Amino acid sequence: MMNDVIRVAQLTKHYPAARGALPVRAVDGIEFAVREGEVFGFLGPNGAGKTTTVRMLTGLTRPTSGSACVLGFDLMTDATRIKKRIGVVPEMSNLYDELSALDNLVFSMQLYGVPRCERRARAEELLARFRLSEKRDTPFAKLSRGMKRALTIAAALAHRPLLLFLDEPTTGLDVVSARNLRQMIADLRDEGVTVFLTTHYLEEAERLCDRIAIIVRGHIVALDTVEGLKASVEGRTTVEVTLADGNGTVRTARFEGENVAAAVQAALAQATANGQHLLAVNTGRPTLEDVFVQLTGLSAEVMLAEKGKT
Amino acid sequence: MWRDDLRGMLYIALKDLRAYYFKPPNISWGILFPFAFVLAFAIRNPGELRGLVPGLLALTVLFGTSSMEAIVIVFERRIGALERLVLAPVRLPALLAGKLLGGMVFGLTVTLVVLVAVLGAFGAGGVHWLLLILTLLTSAATFAALGAFVSVAVKEVFEAQTLANFIRFPMMFLGGVFVPVASLPPGLQVVARLLPLTYAVEALHAALAGGSSPEAALDLLILAVFAIVLFALAVRVLAQRLD
Ligand SMILES: Nc1ncnc2c1ncn2[C@@H]1O[C@H](COP(=O)(O)OP(=O)(O)O)[C@@H](O)[C@H]1O
Ligand SMILES: [Mg+2]
Repeated sequence: MMNDVIRVAQLTKHYPAARGALPVRAVDGIEFAVREGEVFGFLGPNGAGKTTTVRMLTGLTRPTSGSACVLGFDLMTDATRIKKRIGVVPEMSNLYDELSALDNLVFSMQLYGVPRCERRARAEELLARFRLSEKRDTPFAKLSRGMKRALTIAAALAHRPLLLFLDEPTTGLDVVSARNLRQMIADLRDEGVTVFLTTHYLEEAERLCDRIAIIVRGHIVALDTVEGLKASVEGRTTVEVTLADGNGTVRTARFEGENVAAAVQAALAQATANGQHLLAVNTGRPTLEDVFVQLTGLSAEVMLAEKGKT
Repeated sequence: MWRDDLRGMLYIALKDLRAYYFKPPNISWGILFPFAFVLAFAIRNPGELRGLVPGLLALTVLFGTSSMEAIVIVFERRIGALERLVLAPVRLPALLAGKLLGGMVFGLTVTLVVLVAVLGAFGAGGVHWLLLILTLLTSAATFAALGAFVSVAVKEVFEAQTLANFIRFPMMFLGGVFVPVASLPPGLQVVARLLPLTYAVEALHAALAGGSSPEAALDLLILAVFAIVLFALAVRVLAQRLD
């Protein structure tokens, strides 16, 4: 399995008990592997352990136990080599308020050893790509939230990392900025960058991720492609069809099958036999929300509720 | 790895100098503060101005290197910008050394301005230049390490300032700046011997008087030990705090 970019075994992080409280098992023996070139989603409600996992994998905090291998290097012994090759976008944008957009990017490149002669051109390229060229000389403090997030991602990409960690990148952004950002993430994948994305938005995970791990209270409860997750929840597929007969009477009906094709064929067969024709077909397959609710026993509102909070 | 560390240290220092230090209010404040103290003292005890020069220089190095530096570290930790640096391929001692270097460059720049003014006023005859330069460099490193240690030990910016002053002010009055250590009561002399500023003032006295006594070499050695110990402590505490 040479093309696993991240491999994690029994990774655990416990925080010591605060006064009068129990110790926190923020991450409790998780195991997974991230494949080269994929967008890997880490989906879970607030407090599930997503950020803690990212912090461990990026060398910000030491695991209590377990092991992890990132880009072929052992996290425990080779953290600096890993750091050189990854990009990290933390939950909160944390560039330097005092420095301009351009200078922030240049500083990132200096830290990661991008040769001097390449820095300026690379910075301009990133500014253009994230639609920040006009803000080149604006201090970071004066940028809008969406621009700050975009620049933080640009800075994380400055040294052309092979693997990018994004911790809840769209949380707190307006709809347009969030949509632009999702497009940027999709573009990155097309360029071959492996992306580790944490989110508590079900539809974001569904839309962007090749595979998704669902994490709840420090445990991974499921890990598969979106299709695989859905298939695991329900063996059969339902389609809802709208039918019209010769008199113009319209009605809807539901048909089941092993998959969409089978269910549609069943609907067609019956419609033909009754002299009706199909007006519309809606696949009534489980959504990722159904998957989440079934696997975690939590309501989807757990996720929705957090949107307001953050 | 060493190359990454060195480069990181250098660019961290440069970034700090640009982003925080060399802004007009800081520069004037750094110079005015020690001047104000020494002036206040000189007005009460006129005549002894020349004898105050080593103390003035030592204070300038102390405040110039440690004030802003401590604030910068605490501030960056609070806003999460320090984590950016921890995420970079720069090991923690090098990261902190970069912070120290920024404070040192700023403190020494301010000190240079004061030095030029003072030597202009009193004349530069009989100065032992090598000893002077070595003392200023070593003192700057020691006080920058002190500032770093203070800043990693606290959470808030105002706490850093309070703690720094809690350490700096007793040093100011016991370290031989205004009153020679030898004229302090014996008990306080012992305390003075535990303060790095005492050794800085002593070595500066020697340097400005043109002498290069073995005692001055010992002063420098002791300052260097202070610097190393404080730096090592600061790295340890920071590593624990970041986890
Ligand atoms: N530094 C810390 N000290 C103590 N508990 C922590 C710390 N960081 C996180 N936690 C706890 O660990 C759990 C997981 O947190 P986190 O990884 O931030 O979750 P998520 O990113 O999924 O919202 C939470 O219960 C949180 O309160
Ligand atoms: Mg989080």
